[in-house]
Amino acid sequence: MAADRDRPLSPHLQVYRLPLNAITSITHRITGIALALGAVLLVAMLVAAADGSQAYRVAYDLAASWAGRVILLAFTLALYYHLCAGVRHLFWDAGYGYGLDAARRGSWAIIVAAIALTVSTWALALTVNGS
Amino acid sequence: MSLRTPLAAARGLGSAKEGVDHWWKQRLTAIALVPLLLWLGFSVALMGTADYYTVVDWLAHPVNAGLMVLVLAVGFWHGVLGLQEVIEDYVATEWKKITLIIAIQFAAVVLALAGIFAVLRISLGA
Repeated sequence: MAADRDRPLSPHLQVYRLPLNAITSITHRITGIALALGAVLLVAMLVAAADGSQAYRVAYDLAASWAGRVILLAFTLALYYHLCAGVRHLFWDAGYGYGLDAARRGSWAIIVAAIALTVSTWALALTVNGS
Repeated sequence: MSLRTPLAAARGLGSAKEGVDHWWKQRLTAIALVPLLLWLGFSVALMGTADYYTVVDWLAHPVNAGLMVLVLAVGFWHGVLGLQEVIEDYVATEWKKITLIIAIQFAAVVLALAGIFAVLRISLGA
């Protein structure tokens, strides 16, 4: 029996290539969880800073390390992604941006916007810090 | 035809018994976080690897201290609402679900207070 190609298939996650909208959707959730973990680190940095220069030295050494810088970069990327995808959710709530084409364009828009915001943020911060 | 009684329909609280409260507060905190997170993203890039005196000087400024307090308060609130949704979706066992949600709510309050208290200590120069 020939397979009817137009039939909708139920996604079987191990073999199913997720469409872009599904990827951006689950990424919104994953970045949300990541930001909650990042918030714990943010509080740790603030508490260390309030505790004094000795405590902050430990936090500083961790943040300025190779792994620390990767985490800082990942935190800002997750932050901007969740921000952009969240704004898209607000547009959806207001009734805009539905339909396959609009959703696909929106998905690319939030990916591009999140990367652009991350790059420009670090470029600006490095410029300010460098001067 | 609705099987709901007219009183239940008028109350509009639905099966969750709280109406759109969770949904609405998640959106409200989301809107508040749009400008706050733009500031936080830049601040993390600016201050993430700065030395002690630079960070304390920066955080002592009333604008930065105020915004950081707002980020912590609104951010943890939004985070609790979001993580609750994730847990409700993936944790089926009732007691595990409720325990996790309560633990996250308690942890968020402790963390938010610790962060806010730290900011105030620096800002007020204690």
